[in-house]
Order: sequence, then C-alpha cells, then structure tokens
Amino acid sequence: MDPIASLSRLWRDEHSRSVIIQILAVVLIFGLFAYLVRNAIVNLEAIGKGFSFGYLQEPASYDINQHLIEYTSRSTHFRAMLVGILNTLLVAVSGIALATVLGFSLGVLRLSKNLLANRLAHIYIDYVRNVPVLLHILLVYGIIVNTLPVPREAQSLGDIAFLTNRGLFLPKPIFEPLFLVILGLFAAGIVFTIWFRRYAADIQRKTGEHYPVFWISLGAVLGIPVISYFLIGGPITFEIPALTGFNFSGGMVIRPEFTALWIALSLYTAAFIAEIVRAGIISVNYGQTEASLALGINHGRTLNLVVIPQALRVIVPPLTSQYLNLAKNSSLAIAIGYMDIVATIGGITLNQTGREMECMIIVLLLYLSLSLLISFAMNIYNKRIRLVER
Amino acid sequence: MFDSVLKLKTTYSKEVLGMRVTKFLVIIAVLFSFTVMADAGTLEDVKTRGKLNCIVSSGLAGFASPDEKGNWQGFDVDFCRAVAAAVLGSGDKVKFVPTTNKTRFTQLNAGEGDILFRNTTETLSRDADLKLTFLPVNYYDGQGFLIRKSLGVTSATQLAGASVCIQTGTTTELNLADYFRANKMKYEPVNTETNEESIVAYESKRCDVYTTDASALASTRAALKKPSDHVILPEIISKEPLGGAVRHGDDRWADIGKWVVNALIIAEEMGITQKNVKELAKKSGNNPGMNRFLGTEGSMGEMLGLDKKWAVNAISAVGNYGEIFERHLGPKTPLALERGLNASWKAGGILYAAPIR
Repeated sequence: MDPIASLSRLWRDEHSRSVIIQILAVVLIFGLFAYLVRNAIVNLEAIGKGFSFGYLQEPASYDINQHLIEYTSRSTHFRAMLVGILNTLLVAVSGIALATVLGFSLGVLRLSKNLLANRLAHIYIDYVRNVPVLLHILLVYGIIVNTLPVPREAQSLGDIAFLTNRGLFLPKPIFEPLFLVILGLFAAGIVFTIWFRRYAADIQRKTGEHYPVFWISLGAVLGIPVISYFLIGGPITFEIPALTGFNFSGGMVIRPEFTALWIALSLYTAAFIAEIVRAGIISVNYGQTEASLALGINHGRTLNLVVIPQALRVIVPPLTSQYLNLAKNSSLAIAIGYMDIVATIGGITLNQTGREMECMIIVLLLYLSLSLLISFAMNIYNKRIRLVER
Repeated sequence: MFDSVLKLKTTYSKEVLGMRVTKFLVIIAVLFSFTVMADAGTLEDVKTRGKLNCIVSSGLAGFASPDEKGNWQGFDVDFCRAVAAAVLGSGDKVKFVPTTNKTRFTQLNAGEGDILFRNTTETLSRDADLKLTFLPVNYYDGQGFLIRKSLGVTSATQLAGASVCIQTGTTTELNLADYFRANKMKYEPVNTETNEESIVAYESKRCDVYTTDASALASTRAALKKPSDHVILPEIISKEPLGGAVRHGDDRWADIGKWVVNALIIAEEMGITQKNVKELAKKSGNNPGMNRFLGTEGSMGEMLGLDKKWAVNAISAVGNYGEIFERHLGPKTPLALERGLNASWKAGGILYAAPIR
C-alpha cells in the first residue's frame, strides 16, 4: 500500500493519533531535558570545570554559630551540610508542632460563640494570611534584635536563664549515668500505655466498664519517672550560663535567628491551618452532634468520638500541604542568617568552592526528600483515619 | 535555538513520521549536535552590543553605589567606565550589574557580566577552581575589625567570646575562622548577605564587631550615625589584594582588562590626567613612552584589538589612578583613606604596573 496513504489513515484514526501525539510529547520533553543537561555539561567543560563531589571531603574552613552536632572550621563540607540539614529539620519539626497547636486552637476559636474570641481570631487570621511570610520573619527578627537588651544588660530570669538580643541563654542539663534508669522507666511507661489502652478498650467492649485511661497513662509515662527521678536524687546537674566578656558562656542558647524563623513560620502557617480546621469541623453535619447528645453521650466525648474523627478526614489532606509549605518556607532562613541547608551547603560551601551545579543538586535532593518524607508520614496517618467502608 | 526546534518539527512531520525508532534517534542526534556558544569572543560581543556589562557591588559607598540621581559612582565603577571607554570610546556605555558576594562569580561565569570589579580578593582557589582570570590588583587591602569605642577594646586579641558580623561568601569569612582558631579564641559568627545587612546587625548590637576589608570598614564607619563612636582596630589580619576579574578562557579579553588597569596606573606615573590628556594626545612629543601611551606612535591599541586612542579614551573618561582614588576614597571624601600601600612605587607605595611597550 502507498505509505503516505497508510500514514494519513494512521493520523485520522483517533486512537493511533492520540498515541502518536503522546509519543511526540514524550520525545520533545526528553529531548529538551537532554539538551539542557548537555548544555550544562558542555558549558562546564568549556570553562574547565569538572563535575565531582570530591570537595565534600575537604575542610569547610568556615564557622557556623548554631550546630547541633560537633563542628569546627576544620570539619568537612559534608559535616557542614549535616549541620545545615539538622538546623532545617529542627526549625521544620518545631514549626510544624507549634503551627498545629496554634492552628487548631485558632480554628476552634474562630467557631466560638463568644463574639470577642471569634472576631479576634478572624482579624488575626485575615491579617497573617495576607502578608508574605518573609515580612513576618523580618518583623519578628527585627523586634527581637532591636527591643531585647544586650548581654551586659541581660534580663535575668531567676538568675538561671538570661534573655538578650543574642538569644535566650538557658541552663544546660548534664546527664549522669543513673539518668538512664529514668529513661528506661519512661520507655516502659510508653509501652505499658500502649498495651493498657488496648486492654481498656477490650474491657469496655466486653463489659461496658470505663477505666480512667488518660490519668493512668499519664501516671505511667510521666508520674513514675518523675517520682523516681527525685527518689534517686536528681541525676541531672545544670550548667548555668554566666556573663564573660562580650557574651554569656556555658549553658545553652536559643538564638534570635532560630526564634524569629520558628515563630514567624508557625504563626503564618497556623493561620492557614485554622481555616482548614474550621472547614473540617463545619463539614460535619450538626445533626451528628445532636444525635450523639440525644444518646446521652457528653459534650467532650461527642467531640472526641463523633466530630473530630470525621473532621480529620477533611482536615488531613490540606494539612499535609501546609506542613510541606512550612518545611519549604524554612529556606527563607537565609534572609536573617539562620544557618540551614541553603545557607551552608547551598550558600557558603557553594560560594567558597564554586561548585554551583553540585551544591544545588544536593540542596534540591534534600528538600525533595524532606517533602516526600512528610508526605509519606501524613499519608500513613491519612490512611488510618479515612472512612472504613464495611 | 527555538528556530532550530521549529524547523526540526516541520521537517520531522513531513519525512520521518511513522518510523518511531528512527525519529527518536534523529531528534536526539539533532539536539545533541547543537553547538554551545563557546566563550571566546567577549570583545566582539561587547562591540556588537555597544555596552559593557560590568559586575559591581550592590552597594558599598566609595566603591560602587548609585547616587541620588541613580548614576553609579565609585572606585570600582570608574574602572568599569575606563574599560568601556577603552573598548567602546565612551565611559557611559556601561550597564552595571549589581551582585552580592554570593552570586558574583556565578553571574560572571554564566555570562551576565563581561568583567567584574567588585572589591574582590584574588586567591589561588578563585583563580584555579572558580575559573576566573584576575586583572592586576587595583587596591591593596587587608581585613580589619570595626567596634564600638564604648566596649573599651583596643586590640583584636581581646575579642574572645565576641559576636562577629560577617558577610557570607567572602574570603574574610575564612580569614576570621583561621584567625580566631590560631589565637585560640572563641566567637559567634553572625552571617549576613550584604554590607547593608551587616550594618543593620551591627547597629542593633546583634554583633559586637564587624569584620571585612579595612577599606569597606572605612566606608561603613562613615555611613554610621555617629562615626566617632566607632573605631577600627589596628590589627590587619590578612592580605586582601582586590582586583577585577574575567572568565577563564578568553585571553584576548583578559589582556584588555589587564592593560586598561595598567594604563590608569601608568598615567599617574607619567603625569597624564583627565584634564591634560586630550591636549597631550594632539601631537607626538619628545617622550617615546608617552607617545606609545597616547597612541601617537606605534600600534599598542591595535595589538589589543582596540582603537589607537584606547588609553586616551580611558583617561578622559575617568582620569588616572590617583584621580580616581582621590575622587572616591581619598582624604576629601567621607571615607578619608590614605594612599598607603596604594601609592605609586615612586611615592613609597607598591603600585607598580608593567610598561606599555
């Protein structure tokens, strides 16, 4: 058969045409990608730069003020990267925790029948949501650094902690070997609680009898370890910070860069979470609450057993994207000099070694992994709470 | 590039449709055969464009900053103008590309600027690893410390435990780490992106000390609310030879940058100034060296691929090295810097340029 005719038939057929178009699209996308990669490689070669990660093993030669692991200017670039990762994780995790607590509280306040609480929450949410997060970060940082006293005029908190514009200096706990016992008891308490909750639920199902699960759990997880801590004689000593020369030394410090970033990210994300929570709660038909109350279940249990489980199904998916936003927004740390991933490996290391391509690839992969990790965890949770059809 | 892709698509739909494997290979082959513009002809690029793209600081009074009218002014800025005048005949044919410490080399290597004059220290790793070619040093500097007088510090060795503001992506950051380590002192680095941010952090007392090149400290101090409350400590902890730079691999362009800087220095030695250069260049005189410089004898400009009057154009645009220094950094400016090391070798400094011969 004439090849042109068979070709045009191929094109007229809806199915094969769509296949052809898809192949075309794939080829073009891959071609473009290949072109970009090749372009980068050729250009790097043209100026004589290879592509290698060997520099990660060389000394970083710069200092980082906040390092959760041992780090000096003699450590490697790789270690500097680890310091950056930990700093990012620290602010992301504490930010997510605070944003969740604040967001849920605000969301509930927003639904409150108390007019003042309701209005205040409304104003707060509308203001915060409509101002860029970078401005919040700069504002909080500016307030901390400009209003708090310098170390020599530090605000003493009971002579063990000191508040300055260089950070909050706190006593540093030093753990003695006996402290392991407390940790052991704490772990045992958690295991016991998990078992006990199942046991109590079982009993309730069989006999209808209630145990005060919350109080018993609290006693097991916190009560027993705290009491034994004092019985053993307090196996923790504290190193109190003291003013020496320019700054406080000893103890621990929460730097203003961290505080500003943490507070600003949390406040900002909390406003979004509040709206998500409000939407979630409204989505549960009020009839359900009335039905539950009519069955004689009290208000607290109605909220816990009827409203919240159903609201969560609506809340969790958009909540996940807020968590992702918060984690990614933490890269704005650069604006106030918080030493996160972008400032260490994607900033100073990049600049001192001139390895833009390699450093940016690392930074991209790190943020990608962090986001995927958060999504993964939230998806597991989402699966657990979603509607189980019988 | 887009033209090629469009052409590609049309040829492709006429001839290779249907042969899936072949067309895939063709596409890949064509994409891969795109030659990437090699970076050999910066001079030609600049001439065709009619403007020199010059990378400068985003704001360092005295070196590079825009004035009230938005015109760029400063020591580094004048070196840009001199190169533009030598190449294009006018010191106004410059587009200034302000950058931070962090982005300056990337932007140079990515071709967003043709040349960099950004109070940049020449070091081995920048030369060899960052793939820059440095032009002759135009300012001999060293790293110092700026501190409040009220803190009562008189020497950098008393800085143990201090919070120190530094700009990230600088050699000063590395010198600082080395200096404190060598002297067994602890410190808290407070990182900022730009000179302005460092000043803000210093003024809010987030840090006790600000460290950077002594020339930049003088510039910073002059801009503070009450300069006399602040003092620059006597220690200079590093050598910071500041100079311009271009990309590796275009020797012709590097030569032009190098000899424009040399010409500005030599002009001062010969007593050629912005005022008298036009007059001197009218006819050749008795001094062969000066004739070569002014282009009335020999073909120095042609050797560089430039006009005969390249040096004359540069000097009439900005004056000689001494004039540039006096205008932006000298005792009559807020920075009030002495010539010091930056005086001509004939006047007790170390400024010494290779001859134009």
